[in-house]
Amino acid sequence: MPHNTAPHASRCTQGVTGATVGPGAAAIRLEVNGIVRALAVLPSETLAEVLRERLALTGTKIACDRGACSSCTVWVDGAPVCSCMVLAIEVDGHRVTSIEGLAGEALHPVQSAFIEHDAIQCGFCTPGLVMSCVALLESHPHPTEEEVKAAIGGHLCRCGTYPHVIAAVLDVARKGKRSP
Amino acid sequence: MSAGTRTQLQPVGIAGVSLGQAERPVGAEEAPALAPNAQLSCIGRSAPRINGHAKVTGSATYTVDVTLPGMLHARILRSPHPHARILSLDTGAAEREPGVRAVHVIEHPIGRAIEIAGPGEAGPARRQLRYVGDPIAAVAAVTAHAAQAALERIRIEYQPLPFVIDIEAARQSDAPPVFDRPVRTEVFGGPAAQLPQHGNVHGPDTSASRGDAAAALSAAEILIEGEFHTQVQTHCCLEPHALLADWRDEGLTVYMSTQFTAGIRAELATALGLPLSRVRVVVDAMGGGFGSKSRIGNDVLAAVALSRKAHAPVRLVLDRHEEQIDSGNRPATVQHIRAGARRDGTLTAVAIEAYGTAGVALGAGVGNFAQSIYDCPNFSLAQSDVFIHAGPGCAMRAPGNVPGAFAYEQIIDELAERLALDPLELRERIDSSPVRREERRIGAERFRWSRRLAPGGGQGALKRGLGMAQSHWPALVHTNCACEVRILRDGSVEVRSSVQDIGTGVGTVLAQVVAEELGLSPGDIVVRIGDTDFPAGPPSYGSRTTASLTPPARNAACLALRKLIAAIAPTLGTTPEGLTLRNGRISSSDGLHSIGFREAAGRLRTEQIGAVASRCDDYGGFGHRMGDFAFARNGLGGVQFAEVTVDTETGRVRVERVLAVHDCGRPINPRQIESQVHGGILQGISYALFEQRILDAPTGHMLNPNLEQYRILRSRETPAIEVHVLENYQGTSATDAYGIAEPSIIATAPAIANAVYNAIGVRVRTLPMTPAVILEALGRLPHRS
Repeated sequence: MPHNTAPHASRCTQGVTGATVGPGAAAIRLEVNGIVRALAVLPSETLAEVLRERLALTGTKIACDRGACSSCTVWVDGAPVCSCMVLAIEVDGHRVTSIEGLAGEALHPVQSAFIEHDAIQCGFCTPGLVMSCVALLESHPHPTEEEVKAAIGGHLCRCGTYPHVIAAVLDVARKGKRSP
Repeated sequence: MSAGTRTQLQPVGIAGVSLGQAERPVGAEEAPALAPNAQLSCIGRSAPRINGHAKVTGSATYTVDVTLPGMLHARILRSPHPHARILSLDTGAAEREPGVRAVHVIEHPIGRAIEIAGPGEAGPARRQLRYVGDPIAAVAAVTAHAAQAALERIRIEYQPLPFVIDIEAARQSDAPPVFDRPVRTEVFGGPAAQLPQHGNVHGPDTSASRGDAAAALSAAEILIEGEFHTQVQTHCCLEPHALLADWRDEGLTVYMSTQFTAGIRAELATALGLPLSRVRVVVDAMGGGFGSKSRIGNDVLAAVALSRKAHAPVRLVLDRHEEQIDSGNRPATVQHIRAGARRDGTLTAVAIEAYGTAGVALGAGVGNFAQSIYDCPNFSLAQSDVFIHAGPGCAMRAPGNVPGAFAYEQIIDELAERLALDPLELRERIDSSPVRREERRIGAERFRWSRRLAPGGGQGALKRGLGMAQSHWPALVHTNCACEVRILRDGSVEVRSSVQDIGTGVGTVLAQVVAEELGLSPGDIVVRIGDTDFPAGPPSYGSRTTASLTPPARNAACLALRKLIAAIAPTLGTTPEGLTLRNGRISSSDGLHSIGFREAAGRLRTEQIGAVASRCDDYGGFGHRMGDFAFARNGLGGVQFAEVTVDTETGRVRVERVLAVHDCGRPINPRQIESQVHGGILQGISYALFEQRILDAPTGHMLNPNLEQYRILRSRETPAIEVHVLENYQGTSATDAYGIAEPSIIATAPAIANAVYNAIGVRVRTLPMTPAVILEALGRLPHRS
């Protein structure tokens, strides 16, 4: 049957400190959007679940829960990852940035460009796309259209916002706006 | 509404082409005629989405983000067998699992064809399971993990039964029957005569036929014939089906990712025997639907039952695998078409025999495309549903017309080739729509259609092809549709409707329409939608939301303004009659009295005034009415052009460019319209080239039930897209606006198929056009080098 995964698999695993953790809850400390959080998490809990359910950071969306759509993209130490494919205990001691941590008082230029170009329809994939697009511009301030397409190649947008997303990113790159 | 009517001059025609005026009869309380967009300040401009900020910052609240104190989590147990009888079912152990608060057994599943019980027959004593994923029971527990663990403690004894998942096998008289009795015939929008049912074949429905197609075909000067096969496509909304049911003594509240809050409320009230006033349905942000979130399903009834039993709110969110096997799909079809024509191209007869499968549901038709798009006096359509042991289909973006157009627009191109006519020239002769004529003209020029070569005419292994196809979709209006506009004492304005924003941006459109009427900016309008506590709005399906809701929104704004003027006229020492709103000020025609909008609101004696308006009939009436909705007299068109390359060594098709020219009456927000057209085209390409549900023959399980296996177009397959939208005024309502979501997907797959033919010189009549399908087609070429 489809849903026979054992959620509480009593698999033991190594935390970053090298200590054996599991099957019960393990203590972790991580920095989320600039705030240090101390949490007790099960070895089976993903980063996406912890962000959404324990920290109420629901801007990170789970759509496939297996790394196939990138809706749950956040940054770990500045690099985009699918947070549904990362166990919370793996980010013990690391720095996590979610969509809620991207903007301060003003929107990030990529967020503003998404609004201006209407790179949004239902919006469920949007936070993940924004995280990947900002990460792209951080490392490649002047990407080509093909580079933008490649950078978001793992994202699934069922509404079909890709043309406006690409236009928004290229617009930000052209105007040279990278940070707020 | 007052019974009185008046006539007024309305803009009519295509802006820049044929714009004029025509007199229309309108209700006495209708707003005055709205000028063409060029003279307006809010409507026709690309106002930014009102929920854009919330969506780009992650603060938008989707149903999956809603929590309530004491909330439980539910999971559903599903059939591992494509066909089985439940011999025994014991939930005792599951109920005793730690954290479990309630267990619900699904005895009478909905969302599928329903058997008609014989006289005195109580129905089968033991539940039959008819597809892999058929829901059996649901558990609510303190965590989703605990609920999932408890599902595995439900003890079931199954008697597996023979099954059939192949549509051709299912049509045979000795195939295992999916249903043992006839099922109720269901037709969208109303009752219909019961259709015959033999084995797994329900139909044929021949109600769309006219004239004598058989006789006309045998007399035809030209005969074109072809058989087309289309696949099952799944909706793949990124937000899964989700709800949070909160049953309380005082009534039921359901937070639900739905396309139709008011419809869900009505369905729940009926199913549960509750008054409408005791059921509330709420949705804030919504992560896509595409047809699959229109009705209540077994998941909804199970969550409500669990909430009632457990005396606690219950959240139920389907996982991706469940989405793929049991949340609806676009049915597969087989269409055999014969078209007869005269040598000048005039269609004299069309006969279509079609069958399709929506699994255990009805609804695998080919829509109204062929019967409506081109004039043809003799038309016969015989379409049947074939039941198989697979998850139920449901409406998906332009149901019927998407597979229907894929087949018919290729037949039309074949006819053009036989007559040595350009495909555009043939359509000039047989398409009476003046709107599509203009769309073809614009499209051909901007696409540079004249560079198109003869079929298979390119050199080398990589062949380039150009193709085009046309769209037709009825312009639908939901008549059970209302909207309220409130003006508050501080000059702020609210617009309220139960309508939901599925992602099209209807809230932004409402703000634009109300702002236009009140001389404000869209950002000044507070939009309150997605809650049945507000006046009942339309569904977000059938491309009818804007057409249904913007006229009452404008009329309500107009009525609220009249009330404001009446209330404050005495404070100006005058009467309301001569006062009008101009440039943000309420002024008398003689110029003696003038007051700003906000200042006027401040003179109200009460905190607020408001008005509710309902959708009136289109001016001059509808073409046809069915219950709560109606067909406008003119349909919606659209023409799309596609440029493809086909690698004849690998069979890979790449869409390089799509140009789309569409109409949706008066465009209200051009950029949001462009977004929707992008979506239609990209889903259309994905349908044409990639998407396909694959069932495992020996087990009946879906082999590609997740997003890494079920292939969908992504950014790297996104071509260059150009969108042009006409301003097509028809003078039919207070806004004259109609929909775009469905018209924008219909022409895409046939335009690609016609382009593929132009590239390689061999017809591809099967979807999706995978490399294997293309290579097989190339193998039919007589002199393949």
